Amino acid sequence: MNVVPLILGIVILASAGTALSLQNIVRSVLLLVLSWFGIAAFYLWAGAEFAAFAQALVYGGAVSMVVLFAVLLTRRGHLDTAVPPPPPGRLLGALLAGGAVAGVIAATVIRTPFASSSDEIPVLAVRRLGTLLMGPHAAALLVTGVLLTAALLGAVVIAAGAKDDKEGAP
Amino acid sequence: MTAGATEPDSWLERLPLIARDLVTGRLPGPWRWIAESLIAIAVVFAVFGLLFAFLTLAERKVLGRIQNRPGPNRAGWGGILQPFADGIKMLTKEDIVPRTADPVLHFLAPVALVCFSLLSLAVIPYGRHLAPLDLDSGVLYFFAAGASSELAVFMAGWAGRNKYSLLAAMRALAQLISYELPLLLSLVPVVMLAGTLSPSGIVAAQSGWSAGFIPHWHILTPWGFAGFAIFMVAALAEANRSPFDLPEAESELIAGHLTEYSGFKYALFFMAEYFAMCALSGMAVTLFLGGWHAPAAALQFIPSYAWFAIKILVLLLGFIWIRATLPRLRIDQLMRLAWKFLLPLALINLLTAAFWHLSAGWGAGAQPLRWGLGLAFVAIPFFIIGRRLSSGLGPRTYRYAAP
Repeated sequence: MNVVPLILGIVILASAGTALSLQNIVRSVLLLVLSWFGIAAFYLWAGAEFAAFAQALVYGGAVSMVVLFAVLLTRRGHLDTAVPPPPPGRLLGALLAGGAVAGVIAATVIRTPFASSSDEIPVLAVRRLGTLLMGPHAAALLVTGVLLTAALLGAVVIAAGAKDDKEGAP
Repeated sequence: MTAGATEPDSWLERLPLIARDLVTGRLPGPWRWIAESLIAIAVVFAVFGLLFAFLTLAERKVLGRIQNRPGPNRAGWGGILQPFADGIKMLTKEDIVPRTADPVLHFLAPVALVCFSLLSLAVIPYGRHLAPLDLDSGVLYFFAAGASSELAVFMAGWAGRNKYSLLAAMRALAQLISYELPLLLSLVPVVMLAGTLSPSGIVAAQSGWSAGFIPHWHILTPWGFAGFAIFMVAALAEANRSPFDLPEAESELIAGHLTEYSGFKYALFFMAEYFAMCALSGMAVTLFLGGWHAPAAALQFIPSYAWFAIKILVLLLGFIWIRATLPRLRIDQLMRLAWKFLLPLALINLLTAAFWHLSAGWGAGAQPLRWGLGLAFVAIPFFIIGRRLSSGLGPRTYRYAAP
Protein backbone atom coordinates (compact mmCIF):
# COMPACT_ATOMS: atom_id res chain seq x y z
CA MET A 1 0.00 0.00 0.00
CA ASN A 2 1.39 3.31 -1.04
CA VAL A 3 1.61 5.75 1.82
CA VAL A 4 1.51 9.02 -0.18
CA PRO A 5 -2.18 8.93 -1.25
CA LEU A 6 -3.09 7.88 2.30
CA ILE A 7 -1.40 10.95 3.78
CA LEU A 8 -2.91 13.17 1.08
CA GLY A 9 -6.35 11.70 1.72
CA ILE A 10 -6.03 12.35 5.44
CA VAL A 11 -4.94 15.96 4.77
CA ILE A 12 -7.79 16.56 2.30
CA LEU A 13 -10.50 15.03 4.49
CA ALA A 14 -9.19 16.45 7.76
CA SER A 15 -8.95 20.00 6.43
CA ALA A 16 -12.36 19.78 4.76
CA GLY A 17 -13.92 18.33 7.93
CA THR A 18 -12.32 20.96 10.16
CA ALA A 19 -13.49 23.65 7.72
CA LEU A 20 -17.06 22.44 8.19
CA SER A 21 -16.87 22.43 11.98
CA LEU A 22 -15.15 25.79 12.57
CA GLN A 23 -17.14 28.84 13.66
CA ASN A 24 -14.70 31.32 12.15
CA ILE A 25 -15.67 31.47 8.49
CA VAL A 26 -12.41 32.95 7.15
CA ARG A 27 -10.43 30.13 8.73
CA SER A 28 -12.92 27.68 7.20
CA VAL A 29 -12.29 29.13 3.76
CA LEU A 30 -8.52 28.92 4.19
CA LEU A 31 -8.80 25.28 5.31
CA LEU A 32 -11.01 24.56 2.32
CA VAL A 33 -8.29 26.03 0.09
CA LEU A 34 -5.79 23.72 1.79
CA SER A 35 -8.07 20.82 0.93
CA TRP A 36 -8.16 21.94 -2.72
CA PHE A 37 -4.39 22.11 -2.78
CA GLY A 38 -4.39 18.59 -1.34
CA ILE A 39 -6.45 17.44 -4.30
CA ALA A 40 -3.95 19.15 -6.64
CA ALA A 41 -1.14 17.30 -4.86
CA PHE A 42 -3.04 14.04 -5.34
CA TYR A 43 -3.30 14.70 -9.08
CA LEU A 44 0.42 15.42 -9.13
CA TRP A 45 1.12 12.15 -7.34
CA ALA A 46 -1.10 10.33 -9.84
CA GLY A 47 0.97 11.74 -12.72
CA ALA A 48 -1.67 14.14 -14.04
CA GLU A 49 0.57 17.23 -14.11
CA PHE A 50 -1.76 19.34 -16.20
CA ALA A 51 -4.83 18.62 -14.08
CA ALA A 52 -2.83 19.30 -10.92
CA PHE A 53 -1.61 22.73 -12.04
CA ALA A 54 -5.01 23.61 -13.46
CA GLN A 55 -6.57 22.65 -10.11
CA ALA A 56 -4.06 24.81 -8.22
CA LEU A 57 -4.52 27.73 -10.61
CA VAL A 58 -8.31 27.64 -10.77
CA TYR A 59 -9.17 26.59 -7.22
CA GLY A 60 -6.16 27.95 -5.32
CA GLY A 61 -5.92 31.14 -7.33
CA ALA A 62 -9.35 32.10 -8.59
CA VAL A 63 -12.17 30.26 -6.79
CA SER A 64 -10.59 30.89 -3.38
CA MET A 65 -10.41 34.62 -4.17
CA VAL A 66 -14.07 34.70 -5.16
CA VAL A 67 -15.12 32.81 -2.02
CA LEU A 68 -13.04 35.09 0.23
CA PHE A 69 -14.41 38.15 -1.52
CA ALA A 70 -17.97 36.95 -1.01
CA VAL A 71 -17.28 36.27 2.67
CA LEU A 72 -15.76 39.69 3.23
CA LEU A 73 -18.51 41.53 1.36
CA THR A 74 -21.39 39.81 3.16
CA ARG A 75 -20.18 40.33 6.73
CA ARG A 76 -22.11 42.95 8.68
CA GLY A 77 -19.21 44.29 10.72
CA HIS A 78 -15.76 44.23 9.19
CA LEU A 79 -14.44 41.79 11.78
CA ASP A 80 -17.68 39.88 12.22
CA THR A 81 -16.59 36.53 10.87
CA ALA A 82 -18.18 34.07 13.31
CA VAL A 83 -21.39 32.34 12.23
CA PRO A 84 -23.97 31.06 14.74
CA PRO A 85 -24.68 27.31 14.71
CA PRO A 86 -27.52 26.47 12.27
CA PRO A 87 -30.97 25.43 13.51
CA PRO A 88 -31.65 21.65 13.50
CA GLY A 89 -34.14 21.88 10.62
CA ARG A 90 -31.56 23.40 8.33
CA LEU A 91 -28.99 20.84 9.45
CA LEU A 92 -31.38 18.04 8.47
CA GLY A 93 -32.04 19.63 5.08
CA ALA A 94 -28.33 20.05 4.46
CA LEU A 95 -27.68 16.43 5.40
CA LEU A 96 -30.46 15.23 3.07
CA ALA A 97 -29.27 17.33 0.14
CA GLY A 98 -25.63 16.42 0.68
CA GLY A 99 -26.53 12.78 1.11
CA ALA A 100 -28.52 12.78 -2.12
CA VAL A 101 -25.60 14.28 -4.09
CA ALA A 102 -23.16 11.83 -2.48
CA GLY A 103 -25.54 8.97 -3.31
CA VAL A 104 -25.81 9.96 -6.97
CA ILE A 105 -22.03 10.31 -7.29
CA ALA A 106 -21.40 7.00 -5.50
CA ALA A 107 -23.98 5.19 -7.66
CA THR A 108 -22.36 6.60 -10.83
CA VAL A 109 -18.88 5.58 -9.68
CA ILE A 110 -20.03 2.07 -8.81
CA ARG A 111 -21.93 1.53 -12.07
CA THR A 112 -19.18 2.92 -14.34
CA PRO A 113 -17.06 0.11 -15.80
CA PHE A 114 -13.39 1.07 -15.34
CA ALA A 115 -10.77 -0.46 -17.59
CA SER A 116 -8.61 -2.83 -15.57
CA SER A 117 -5.13 -1.51 -14.95
CA SER A 118 -2.75 -2.23 -17.79
CA ASP A 119 0.93 -2.90 -17.28
CA GLU A 120 2.33 0.37 -18.58
CA ILE A 121 1.19 3.68 -17.16
CA PRO A 122 -0.08 5.93 -19.96
CA VAL A 123 1.87 9.18 -20.22
CA LEU A 124 -0.45 11.94 -21.38
CA ALA A 125 1.43 14.92 -22.76
CA VAL A 126 -0.25 18.31 -22.67
CA ARG A 127 -0.33 18.44 -26.48
CA ARG A 128 -2.20 15.11 -26.65
CA LEU A 129 -4.58 16.32 -23.95
CA GLY A 130 -5.31 19.41 -26.02
CA THR A 131 -5.93 17.40 -29.22
CA LEU A 132 -8.26 15.06 -27.33
CA LEU A 133 -10.20 17.96 -25.82
CA MET A 134 -10.53 19.72 -29.18
CA GLY A 135 -11.26 16.52 -31.15
CA PRO A 136 -13.33 13.69 -29.67
CA HIS A 137 -14.41 15.59 -26.55
CA ALA A 138 -15.10 18.94 -28.25
CA ALA A 139 -18.86 18.63 -27.62
CA ALA A 140 -18.41 18.24 -23.87
CA LEU A 141 -16.00 21.18 -23.84
CA LEU A 142 -18.49 23.34 -25.75
CA VAL A 143 -21.35 22.42 -23.42
CA THR A 144 -19.21 23.33 -20.40
CA GLY A 145 -18.23 26.58 -22.06
CA VAL A 146 -21.83 27.50 -22.83
CA LEU A 147 -22.84 26.66 -19.26
CA LEU A 148 -20.10 28.83 -17.79
CA THR A 149 -20.89 31.69 -20.17
CA ALA A 150 -24.56 31.51 -19.16
CA ALA A 151 -23.53 31.62 -15.50
CA LEU A 152 -21.24 34.58 -16.18
CA LEU A 153 -23.99 36.47 -18.05
CA GLY A 154 -26.42 35.74 -15.21
CA ALA A 155 -23.93 37.13 -12.70
CA VAL A 156 -23.46 40.25 -14.84
CA VAL A 157 -27.24 40.75 -15.10
CA ILE A 158 -27.69 40.39 -11.33
CA ALA A 159 -24.79 42.73 -10.62
CA ALA A 160 -25.98 45.31 -13.18
CA GLY A 161 -29.48 45.33 -11.66
CA ALA A 162 -28.13 46.29 -8.25
CA LYS A 163 -25.89 49.03 -9.59
CA ASP A 164 -26.33 52.50 -8.21
CA ASP A 165 -25.48 55.32 -10.54
CA LYS A 166 -22.21 56.55 -9.14
CA GLU A 167 -20.00 56.01 -12.13
CA GLY A 168 -18.41 59.04 -13.68
CA ALA A 169 -18.08 60.84 -10.38
CA PRO A 170 -14.62 62.38 -10.01
CA MET B 1 19.15 20.62 -14.62
CA THR B 2 18.83 19.28 -18.12
CA ALA B 3 21.32 19.07 -20.91
CA GLY B 4 19.55 19.09 -24.24
CA ALA B 5 21.77 20.90 -26.71
CA THR B 6 22.80 19.25 -29.95
CA GLU B 7 25.49 21.62 -31.18
CA PRO B 8 28.83 21.67 -29.42
CA ASP B 9 29.22 24.70 -27.19
CA SER B 10 32.11 26.45 -25.52
CA TRP B 11 33.52 25.60 -22.10
CA LEU B 12 32.12 28.88 -20.83
CA GLU B 13 28.62 27.72 -21.77
CA ARG B 14 29.19 24.41 -19.99
CA LEU B 15 30.89 25.99 -16.97
CA PRO B 16 27.93 25.49 -14.58
CA LEU B 17 27.66 21.86 -15.63
CA ILE B 18 31.41 21.29 -15.21
CA ALA B 19 31.30 22.87 -11.76
CA ARG B 20 28.32 20.72 -10.78
CA ASP B 21 29.93 17.52 -12.03
CA LEU B 22 33.05 18.29 -10.00
CA VAL B 23 30.88 18.12 -6.88
CA THR B 24 28.49 15.30 -7.73
CA GLY B 25 30.62 13.26 -10.15
CA ARG B 26 31.63 10.56 -7.64
CA LEU B 27 28.20 9.89 -6.17
CA PRO B 28 26.23 6.77 -7.20
CA GLY B 29 23.11 7.11 -9.41
CA PRO B 30 20.12 8.04 -7.23
CA TRP B 31 22.24 10.03 -4.78
CA ARG B 32 23.65 11.98 -7.67
CA TRP B 33 20.16 12.96 -8.79
CA ILE B 34 19.26 14.16 -5.29
CA ALA B 35 22.55 16.05 -4.96
CA GLU B 36 22.07 17.72 -8.34
CA SER B 37 18.53 18.79 -7.41
CA LEU B 38 19.74 20.15 -4.08
CA ILE B 39 22.52 22.09 -5.81
CA ALA B 40 20.02 23.55 -8.27
CA ILE B 41 17.79 24.67 -5.37
CA ALA B 42 20.75 26.12 -3.48
CA VAL B 43 21.99 28.01 -6.54
CA VAL B 44 18.54 29.49 -7.21
CA PHE B 45 18.28 30.55 -3.55
CA ALA B 46 21.76 32.06 -3.48
CA VAL B 47 21.52 33.89 -6.81
CA PHE B 48 18.08 35.34 -6.20
CA GLY B 49 18.82 36.06 -2.54
CA LEU B 50 21.83 38.15 -3.56
CA LEU B 51 19.90 39.68 -6.45
CA PHE B 52 17.17 40.66 -3.96
CA ALA B 53 19.73 42.31 -1.68
CA PHE B 54 21.36 44.33 -4.43
CA LEU B 55 18.08 45.05 -6.16
CA THR B 56 16.89 46.91 -3.06
CA LEU B 57 20.13 48.90 -3.15
CA ALA B 58 19.81 49.51 -6.90
CA GLU B 59 16.23 50.60 -6.46
CA ARG B 60 17.12 53.12 -3.77
CA LYS B 61 20.12 54.37 -5.71
CA VAL B 62 18.23 54.73 -9.00
CA LEU B 63 15.24 56.35 -7.31
CA GLY B 64 17.66 58.72 -5.61
CA ARG B 65 19.37 59.53 -8.89
CA ILE B 66 16.02 60.19 -10.61
CA GLN B 67 14.96 62.44 -7.72
CA ASN B 68 18.31 64.25 -7.80
CA ARG B 69 19.68 63.00 -4.48
CA PRO B 70 22.51 60.55 -3.76
CA GLY B 71 20.53 57.68 -2.18
CA PRO B 72 22.08 55.48 0.55
CA ASN B 73 25.81 56.25 0.60
CA ARG B 74 27.12 55.64 4.14
CA ALA B 75 27.34 51.84 4.68
CA GLY B 76 30.43 50.57 2.86
CA TRP B 77 31.91 52.04 -0.30
CA GLY B 78 29.29 54.36 -1.76
CA GLY B 79 26.54 52.47 0.11
CA ILE B 80 27.32 49.02 -1.29
CA LEU B 81 26.87 47.34 2.11
CA GLN B 82 23.48 48.98 2.74
CA PRO B 83 21.43 45.79 2.06
CA PHE B 84 23.38 43.88 4.70
CA ALA B 85 22.97 46.69 7.22
CA ASP B 86 19.23 46.63 6.48
CA GLY B 87 19.17 42.85 6.88
CA ILE B 88 20.87 42.97 10.28
CA LYS B 89 18.50 45.74 11.38
CA MET B 90 15.45 43.74 10.30
CA LEU B 91 16.66 40.56 11.99
CA THR B 92 17.32 42.24 15.32
CA LYS B 93 14.09 44.25 15.48
CA GLU B 94 11.32 43.15 17.80
CA ASP B 95 8.63 40.97 16.26
CA ILE B 96 5.31 42.46 17.34
CA VAL B 97 2.05 40.49 17.09
CA PRO B 98 -1.08 42.49 18.00
CA ARG B 99 -3.04 41.06 20.94
CA THR B 100 -6.23 40.61 18.90
CA ALA B 101 -4.48 39.22 15.85
CA ASP B 102 -4.88 35.69 14.58
CA PRO B 103 -1.42 34.43 15.58
CA VAL B 104 -1.30 31.37 13.30
CA LEU B 105 -2.29 33.25 10.13
CA HIS B 106 -0.16 36.22 11.15
CA PHE B 107 2.85 33.89 11.20
CA LEU B 108 1.88 31.84 8.14
CA ALA B 109 1.22 34.72 5.75
CA PRO B 110 4.83 35.90 5.13
CA VAL B 111 6.10 32.31 5.07
CA ALA B 112 3.48 31.24 2.52
CA LEU B 113 4.15 34.31 0.40
CA VAL B 114 7.90 33.65 0.20
CA CYS B 115 7.29 29.94 -0.48
CA PHE B 116 4.92 30.58 -3.37
CA SER B 117 7.12 33.21 -4.96
CA LEU B 118 10.16 30.91 -4.67
CA LEU B 119 8.20 28.05 -6.25
CA SER B 120 7.63 30.07 -9.40
CA LEU B 121 11.39 30.57 -9.88
CA ALA B 122 11.83 26.82 -10.44
CA VAL B 123 10.58 26.45 -14.03
CA ILE B 124 12.35 29.36 -15.74
CA PRO B 125 15.12 28.23 -18.13
CA TYR B 126 18.06 30.42 -17.11
CA GLY B 127 20.44 29.16 -19.79
CA ARG B 128 20.98 26.54 -22.44
CA HIS B 129 21.72 23.92 -19.77
CA LEU B 130 20.21 25.69 -16.79
CA ALA B 131 16.56 24.78 -16.29
CA PRO B 132 16.11 23.71 -12.66
CA LEU B 133 12.83 21.93 -13.42
CA ASP B 134 11.78 21.20 -16.99
CA LEU B 135 8.04 20.54 -16.79
CA ASP B 136 5.81 19.72 -19.73
CA SER B 137 3.24 22.21 -18.44
CA GLY B 138 5.72 24.58 -16.80
CA VAL B 139 3.92 27.79 -17.80
CA LEU B 140 0.78 26.58 -16.06
CA TYR B 141 2.84 25.64 -12.98
CA PHE B 142 4.36 29.12 -12.92
CA PHE B 143 1.00 30.86 -12.86
CA ALA B 144 -0.51 28.37 -10.43
CA ALA B 145 2.27 29.20 -7.97
CA GLY B 146 1.90 32.92 -8.64
CA ALA B 147 -1.87 32.90 -8.20
CA SER B 148 -1.54 31.23 -4.82
CA SER B 149 0.48 34.14 -3.48
CA GLU B 150 -2.67 36.27 -3.49
CA LEU B 151 -3.99 34.04 -0.77
CA ALA B 152 -1.00 34.92 1.40
CA VAL B 153 -1.60 38.66 0.91
CA PHE B 154 -5.18 38.15 2.03
CA MET B 155 -4.03 36.15 5.07
CA ALA B 156 -1.65 38.97 6.01
CA GLY B 157 -4.38 41.58 5.70
CA TRP B 158 -6.98 39.64 7.61
CA ALA B 159 -4.78 38.28 10.40
CA GLY B 160 -3.71 41.69 11.69
CA ARG B 161 -7.19 42.69 12.95
CA ASN B 162 -6.61 46.15 11.62
CA LYS B 163 -9.08 48.00 9.43
CA TYR B 164 -6.37 49.34 7.17
CA SER B 165 -4.95 45.85 6.73
CA LEU B 166 -8.38 44.45 5.92
CA LEU B 167 -9.08 47.21 3.39
CA ALA B 168 -5.74 46.44 1.81
CA ALA B 169 -6.60 42.75 1.68
CA MET B 170 -9.85 43.54 -0.13
CA ARG B 171 -8.05 45.78 -2.56
CA ALA B 172 -5.37 43.17 -3.14
CA LEU B 173 -8.00 40.51 -3.89
CA ALA B 174 -9.88 42.75 -6.32
CA GLN B 175 -6.70 43.89 -8.05
CA LEU B 176 -5.14 40.47 -8.34
CA ILE B 177 -8.30 38.81 -9.68
CA SER B 178 -8.69 41.58 -12.25
CA TYR B 179 -5.13 41.50 -13.54
CA GLU B 180 -4.82 37.72 -13.54
CA LEU B 181 -7.06 37.64 -16.61
CA PRO B 182 -5.06 39.93 -18.95
CA LEU B 183 -1.85 38.32 -17.66
CA LEU B 184 -3.01 34.83 -18.61
CA LEU B 185 -4.69 35.94 -21.85
CA SER B 186 -1.56 37.77 -23.01
CA LEU B 187 0.46 34.57 -22.87
CA VAL B 188 -2.13 32.40 -24.62
CA PRO B 189 -0.91 33.53 -28.11
CA VAL B 190 2.63 32.50 -27.16
CA VAL B 191 1.41 29.06 -26.14
CA MET B 192 -0.73 28.86 -29.28
CA LEU B 193 2.05 29.70 -31.70
CA ALA B 194 4.82 27.82 -29.93
CA GLY B 195 2.48 24.83 -29.56
CA THR B 196 3.76 23.97 -26.10
CA LEU B 197 3.31 24.85 -22.42
CA SER B 198 6.92 24.04 -21.59
CA PRO B 199 9.15 27.12 -21.00
CA SER B 200 12.10 25.37 -22.66
CA GLY B 201 9.93 24.62 -25.69
CA ILE B 202 8.84 28.26 -25.91
CA VAL B 203 12.48 29.38 -25.79
CA ALA B 204 13.33 26.85 -28.50
CA ALA B 205 10.53 28.24 -30.67
CA GLN B 206 12.30 31.62 -30.62
CA SER B 207 15.71 30.34 -31.77
CA GLY B 208 17.43 31.43 -34.96
CA TRP B 209 18.03 34.72 -36.73
CA SER B 210 16.99 36.29 -40.01
CA ALA B 211 20.06 37.59 -41.90
CA GLY B 212 22.16 36.80 -38.83
CA PHE B 213 21.06 39.74 -36.72
CA ILE B 214 17.23 39.87 -36.54
CA PRO B 215 16.26 37.38 -33.84
CA HIS B 216 13.03 35.37 -34.06
CA TRP B 217 11.83 36.62 -30.68
CA HIS B 218 8.11 36.89 -30.09
CA ILE B 219 8.34 40.57 -29.23
CA LEU B 220 9.37 41.29 -32.83
CA THR B 221 5.94 40.32 -34.19
CA PRO B 222 2.78 42.47 -33.94
CA TRP B 223 0.97 40.10 -31.57
CA GLY B 224 4.14 39.55 -29.54
CA PHE B 225 4.68 43.27 -29.05
CA ALA B 226 1.10 43.80 -27.90
CA GLY B 227 1.26 40.69 -25.73
CA PHE B 228 4.51 41.85 -24.12
CA ALA B 229 3.05 45.26 -23.33
CA ILE B 230 -0.11 43.75 -21.79
CA PHE B 231 1.95 41.18 -19.90
CA MET B 232 4.25 43.81 -18.40
CA VAL B 233 1.38 46.08 -17.28
CA ALA B 234 -0.41 43.12 -15.70
CA ALA B 235 2.87 41.93 -14.17
CA LEU B 236 3.32 45.32 -12.50
CA ALA B 237 -0.11 44.91 -10.95
CA GLU B 238 0.49 41.28 -9.97
CA ALA B 239 3.76 42.17 -8.26
CA ASN B 240 2.05 45.03 -6.38
CA ARG B 241 4.50 47.47 -7.87
CA SER B 242 3.94 51.16 -8.42
CA PRO B 243 1.78 52.54 -10.07
CA PHE B 244 -0.46 49.65 -8.99
CA ASP B 245 0.71 49.41 -5.36
CA LEU B 246 -2.76 50.20 -4.01
CA PRO B 247 -2.77 47.44 -1.36
CA GLU B 248 0.07 49.26 0.39
CA ALA B 249 -0.74 52.82 -0.58
CA GLU B 250 0.92 54.65 2.29
CA SER B 251 -0.96 57.89 1.71
CA GLU B 252 -4.31 56.13 2.27
CA LEU B 253 -3.74 52.87 4.17
CA ILE B 254 -0.59 53.45 6.30
CA ALA B 255 1.24 50.39 4.95
CA GLY B 256 -1.74 48.28 3.86
CA HIS B 257 -1.44 44.62 4.64
CA LEU B 258 2.02 45.26 6.12
CA THR B 259 0.71 47.63 8.80
CA GLU B 260 0.84 45.10 11.65
CA TYR B 261 4.14 43.52 10.65
CA SER B 262 7.58 44.33 11.93
CA GLY B 263 11.07 42.93 11.99
CA PHE B 264 11.91 39.85 10.01
CA LYS B 265 8.34 39.12 8.90
CA TYR B 266 8.24 42.57 7.32
CA ALA B 267 11.50 41.80 5.54
CA LEU B 268 10.03 38.53 4.26
CA PHE B 269 7.21 40.44 2.57
CA PHE B 270 9.74 42.59 0.76
CA MET B 271 11.75 39.55 -0.18
CA ALA B 272 8.64 37.91 -1.64
CA GLU B 273 7.75 41.05 -3.58
CA TYR B 274 11.19 41.18 -5.18
CA PHE B 275 11.19 37.43 -5.87
CA ALA B 276 7.81 37.78 -7.58
CA MET B 277 9.14 40.70 -9.60
CA CYS B 278 12.19 38.65 -10.66
CA ALA B 279 10.02 35.63 -11.51
CA LEU B 280 7.62 37.67 -13.62
CA SER B 281 10.52 39.39 -15.41
CA GLY B 282 12.11 35.99 -16.01
CA MET B 283 8.84 34.69 -17.44
CA ALA B 284 8.51 37.78 -19.66
CA VAL B 285 12.05 37.17 -20.96
CA THR B 286 11.21 33.52 -21.58
CA LEU B 287 7.90 34.18 -23.31
CA PHE B 288 8.66 37.25 -25.40
CA LEU B 289 12.34 38.21 -25.35
CA GLY B 290 13.81 34.98 -26.65
CA GLY B 291 14.80 33.51 -23.28
CA TRP B 292 18.52 32.88 -23.14
CA HIS B 293 19.10 33.33 -26.89
CA ALA B 294 21.64 35.91 -28.02
CA PRO B 295 20.24 38.85 -29.99
CA ALA B 296 22.56 38.18 -32.95
CA ALA B 297 24.31 35.11 -34.28
CA ALA B 298 27.71 36.78 -33.95
CA LEU B 299 27.17 37.36 -30.21
CA GLN B 300 26.78 33.69 -29.33
CA PHE B 301 30.27 33.54 -27.79
CA ILE B 302 28.77 35.21 -24.72
CA PRO B 303 27.23 32.38 -22.67
CA SER B 304 23.45 32.00 -22.65
CA TYR B 305 23.01 32.59 -18.91
CA ALA B 306 24.74 35.97 -19.29
CA TRP B 307 22.21 36.97 -21.95
CA PHE B 308 19.38 35.89 -19.68
CA ALA B 309 20.87 37.93 -16.82
CA ILE B 310 21.23 41.02 -19.02
CA LYS B 311 17.62 40.81 -20.22
CA ILE B 312 16.16 40.24 -16.75
CA LEU B 313 18.20 43.13 -15.30
CA VAL B 314 16.96 45.47 -18.05
CA LEU B 315 13.35 44.54 -17.22
CA LEU B 316 13.96 45.01 -13.48
CA LEU B 317 15.47 48.44 -14.10
CA GLY B 318 12.35 49.20 -16.14
CA PHE B 319 10.23 48.31 -13.10
CA ILE B 320 12.26 50.73 -10.97
CA TRP B 321 12.10 53.46 -13.59
CA ILE B 322 8.31 53.12 -13.79
CA ARG B 323 8.09 53.38 -10.01
CA ALA B 324 10.01 56.64 -10.09
CA THR B 325 7.99 58.09 -12.95
CA LEU B 326 4.29 57.23 -12.67
CA PRO B 327 1.88 58.34 -9.93
CA ARG B 328 -0.32 55.76 -8.23
CA LEU B 329 -3.72 55.00 -9.76
CA ARG B 330 -7.03 55.34 -7.95
CA ILE B 331 -8.86 52.06 -7.30
CA ASP B 332 -11.62 52.78 -9.85
CA GLN B 333 -9.04 53.75 -12.49
CA LEU B 334 -7.20 50.51 -11.73
CA MET B 335 -10.32 48.42 -12.27
CA ARG B 336 -11.29 50.31 -15.40
CA LEU B 337 -7.83 49.82 -16.90
CA ALA B 338 -8.00 46.07 -16.30
CA TRP B 339 -11.54 45.31 -17.42
CA LYS B 340 -12.20 47.92 -20.10
CA PHE B 341 -8.76 48.29 -21.67
CA LEU B 342 -6.35 45.42 -21.06
CA LEU B 343 -8.89 42.60 -21.25
CA PRO B 344 -10.42 43.58 -24.65
CA LEU B 345 -6.95 44.23 -26.05
CA ALA B 346 -5.75 40.82 -24.83
CA LEU B 347 -8.76 39.14 -26.45
CA ILE B 348 -8.20 40.98 -29.74
CA ASN B 349 -4.54 39.97 -29.54
CA LEU B 350 -5.67 36.33 -29.67
CA LEU B 351 -7.24 37.07 -33.08
CA THR B 352 -4.08 38.88 -34.21
CA ALA B 353 -2.03 35.84 -33.25
CA ALA B 354 -4.45 33.55 -35.09
CA PHE B 355 -4.12 35.73 -38.22
CA TRP B 356 -0.32 35.65 -37.90
CA HIS B 357 -0.40 31.88 -37.60
CA LEU B 358 -2.70 31.40 -40.60
CA SER B 359 -0.75 33.83 -42.79
CA ALA B 360 2.59 32.12 -42.08
CA GLY B 361 2.64 30.61 -45.57
CA TRP B 362 2.35 33.88 -47.46
CA GLY B 363 5.13 34.53 -49.99
CA ALA B 364 7.83 37.17 -49.74
CA GLY B 365 5.79 39.61 -51.84
CA ALA B 366 2.85 39.48 -49.43
CA GLN B 367 5.00 40.11 -46.35
CA PRO B 368 4.44 43.91 -46.25
CA LEU B 369 0.68 43.26 -46.38
CA ARG B 370 0.98 40.67 -43.60
CA TRP B 371 2.91 43.09 -41.40
CA GLY B 372 0.60 45.97 -42.21
CA LEU B 373 -2.51 43.97 -41.36
CA GLY B 374 -0.91 42.59 -38.20
CA LEU B 375 0.11 46.05 -36.99
CA ALA B 376 -3.33 47.41 -37.85
CA PHE B 377 -4.94 44.64 -35.77
CA VAL B 378 -2.85 45.83 -32.83
CA ALA B 379 -2.91 49.60 -33.30
CA ILE B 380 -6.51 50.32 -34.33
CA PRO B 381 -8.22 48.67 -31.29
CA PHE B 382 -5.62 50.31 -29.03
CA PHE B 383 -6.52 53.79 -30.27
CA ILE B 384 -10.29 53.19 -30.46
CA ILE B 385 -10.59 51.67 -26.97
CA GLY B 386 -8.13 54.13 -25.50
CA ARG B 387 -10.01 57.09 -27.00
CA ARG B 388 -13.36 55.79 -25.72
CA LEU B 389 -11.94 55.29 -22.23
CA SER B 390 -10.37 58.71 -22.01
CA SER B 391 -13.32 60.56 -23.59
CA GLY B 392 -14.77 63.15 -21.26
CA LEU B 393 -11.61 63.19 -19.15
CA GLY B 394 -9.57 65.86 -20.85
CA PRO B 395 -8.27 68.38 -21.57
CA ARG B 396 -8.15 69.56 -18.00
CA THR B 397 -9.28 73.11 -17.30
CA TYR B 398 -7.84 75.12 -14.46
CA ARG B 399 -10.04 77.59 -12.66
CA TYR B 400 -8.59 79.96 -10.16
CA ALA B 401 -10.40 81.33 -7.14
CA ALA B 402 -11.91 84.73 -7.84
CA PRO B 403 -10.10 87.54 -6.03
